[in-house]
Amino acid sequence: MSQLASKPGTSRSSFKTRLDGWRRTPVFYPLIGFIVVFIAMALINENFLTASNQINLARQASIIAIIAAGMSLAILTGGIDLSVGPVMALSGTLMAGLMVAGVPMPVAILLGVLVGAAFGAFNGVFVAFAGMPPIIVTLATMGIARGLGLIYTGGYPISGLPADFAFFGRGTLAGIEMPILIMIAVYAIGYVLLGHTATGRYLYAIGGNEEATRLSGIRVSRYKLLVYALSGTTAAIAGLILTSRLMSGQPNAGIGFELDAIAAVVLGGAAITGGRGMILGTLVGAMLLGVLNNGLNLMGVSPYLQNVIKGLIILLAIYISRKRTP
Amino acid sequence: MTPLLSLQHISKSFPGVKALTDVSLDVHAGEVHALLGENGAGKSTLMKILCGIYQQDEGDILIDGEVRHFHGYQDALEAGVGIIFQEFSLIPDLDAVDNIFLGREKRNRFGLRDRSAMAREAQHLLERLKVSIPLNCPIAELSVADQQFIEIAKALSLDARLLVLDEPTATLTPSEADHLFAIMRELREQAVGMVFISHHMEEIFTICDRVTVMRDGEKVHDCETAATTPDDLIEKMVGRRVDNIFPDYRCDAVWDDVVLDIESLRLEAESPEHSLKLHRGEILGFAGLVGSGRTELAMGLIGATRPAHASVKMEGRPVRLRHPASALKQGIGLLPESRKTQGLILPFSCRDNISLNNLSQFQGTLPLISRRQESLAAEKLMASVRVKAPGPETAVGDLSGGNQQKVVIARWLGHQCKVLIFDEPTRGIDVGAKSEIYALMKELTAKGVSIIMISSELPEVLGLCDRAAVFYHGQIAAELQGDDLSSQSIMHHATGGLSL
Repeated sequence: MSQLASKPGTSRSSFKTRLDGWRRTPVFYPLIGFIVVFIAMALINENFLTASNQINLARQASIIAIIAAGMSLAILTGGIDLSVGPVMALSGTLMAGLMVAGVPMPVAILLGVLVGAAFGAFNGVFVAFAGMPPIIVTLATMGIARGLGLIYTGGYPISGLPADFAFFGRGTLAGIEMPILIMIAVYAIGYVLLGHTATGRYLYAIGGNEEATRLSGIRVSRYKLLVYALSGTTAAIAGLILTSRLMSGQPNAGIGFELDAIAAVVLGGAAITGGRGMILGTLVGAMLLGVLNNGLNLMGVSPYLQNVIKGLIILLAIYISRKRTP
Repeated sequence: MTPLLSLQHISKSFPGVKALTDVSLDVHAGEVHALLGENGAGKSTLMKILCGIYQQDEGDILIDGEVRHFHGYQDALEAGVGIIFQEFSLIPDLDAVDNIFLGREKRNRFGLRDRSAMAREAQHLLERLKVSIPLNCPIAELSVADQQFIEIAKALSLDARLLVLDEPTATLTPSEADHLFAIMRELREQAVGMVFISHHMEEIFTICDRVTVMRDGEKVHDCETAATTPDDLIEKMVGRRVDNIFPDYRCDAVWDDVVLDIESLRLEAESPEHSLKLHRGEILGFAGLVGSGRTELAMGLIGATRPAHASVKMEGRPVRLRHPASALKQGIGLLPESRKTQGLILPFSCRDNISLNNLSQFQGTLPLISRRQESLAAEKLMASVRVKAPGPETAVGDLSGGNQQKVVIARWLGHQCKVLIFDEPTRGIDVGAKSEIYALMKELTAKGVSIIMISSELPEVLGLCDRAAVFYHGQIAAELQGDDLSSQSIMHHATGGLSL
């Protein structure tokens, strides 16, 4: 009987199991939330859906999204990186300063990104090898990075950058805006790293149970060091885009960006305690923040009130996702 | 006479599983009632219903003959039900007094915390248990047994008349367990009813008046303890007769082939020096009391902790083991003492847990993992250790303790390990799964793997090991073999040669 009865329903039940599987992934509810907010914004505002506005939205969101990609790794391992905003500013001003001093553009960019990676690794050494809590380490280095950027620039923006440099923030390649393209590249790399490499699996394992991972013969400290180096790197890449878009190195850029990045990761369905999350969820989370920023701007909501609304929506979203996830 | 507690026809379902079917249980005042059953038999679910953590679908809870409804633990506490969980609910940095009165501190007439009144009452409670525990020291510094006694005192201070003790002896030494039993007898005199959950038959026959056996969510048997035998109870538990849970003894050791030679190892500069040899195909037991330094030596050996000095040879070659990763490279694996906190990645599937440290096997030229190959390998390993799970994608947290342990074992079978260290491999595991794990260990030794088994259970050491090192106060007090390997000789050396 069961044989016969199950046959006609096979395709439907497999669709159902697939839906069930989808629902269990951490991106499911963030994606629903994104769609709901997106539709709401489109209904409220006729200018929201225009192509130019959508491109603008994605371009604006790309910087937080790129920082949040690195932040995802830190949070996935049960850590956090508060130093991303200042590291972004430090790398950006360094690139600007080097170019103004006559260093060729590719070399300046490479050095800027390397300094971001090195600063991240500096965080990583304290977290991974000295066993200090990431929140404390990066809180301290947050101040250090900001201070270094201010010392380097004397507190003034660095302008007078070569015109070619505008390409990374304002240019297009194959018809796509560079910031969006870079963001897609970062997420593609992140997706492969987390989903399809041993390193990615170790990061989940460390967040799930660090001691068990270590006792299984995995050199946990090295992977933690890598995580913070990568977080510094993505911050530096964000610094490249911002500096290029503004065509000046701003030592005070990125204030509060760490909070937006953390919000994007958590809105994307990651557990703040580690071990659970998906890089694509973070992208959804960052875009959700972008839609909110953009939509509220279009509606002419005062920036002060925008902060309140964004905060409330984050609370609501996380409340719902905690209720729903098993 | 109205029973103190009467659970009547309790049924409970979870999505997809019928956890309890029509279970009834009476506990009288001054009775110690054993609740027996394999893992997954429904004991914990029943106790969680009794404590208001779950609500039953059908059936009633009666206290003193009155139907009560528990919607949370608080309701159960108010009705006089106290539970001592396996994982204690004490705050490690607070002392005994503060822990006992946590959340309901006594106040003096100025509304301030009245420490001396609380200390007096705590002292009184501990006297009632006939134990002496320092009141002013953070409980993290006390022994596990003392912590447990404080838990009991805390329950009594809440006027508990029914205590549930969930495997209280699992982490106690034999003498501490005896102390616990003395306390339980004292409480029995004071008309406290107790539900006692344990996997140890001898404890049940030492302390319990009645016993209820559960299997697959149903009550299959209850009787006076005096009217039954251990064999009888085991048969009721597993639904079949288990004559001998150990595989037939067979020595696979090749005595002239030393695989692992610990020439000298000192954990700390001042601590005693260990030296030990492990032969091919041997099962070497690390016997001794809890805290006698067995786990510490194993952890130091594989480099999970940094020993002050280590000179170790693997198959004649000197090796430096500074991290579990280097131990793994040399073919030494450790299955840690605590499955949940040290062994498994609980949010992971069985497959991801098993392949955790052999992912490189599934990479091609690019460092990308082939999920298909990984799943196939995991399925094969799961079959070889007989994990009972719907498939490799099953979340490891959903498995019973025995199956979880098999998953940890499977992880190490993906490597060609020469030495495996099993730290308390059968703790909290039911009889059937224990027997399977023993059989697996013998299968390994037959293939030439050498095993160190840390175990606090004497029958296990006697039934399985070819040789045993007995630890006392961080030192190897004796190495026993052949006719010298007996429970008397192990206990003699494990207790410092003082008692027999």
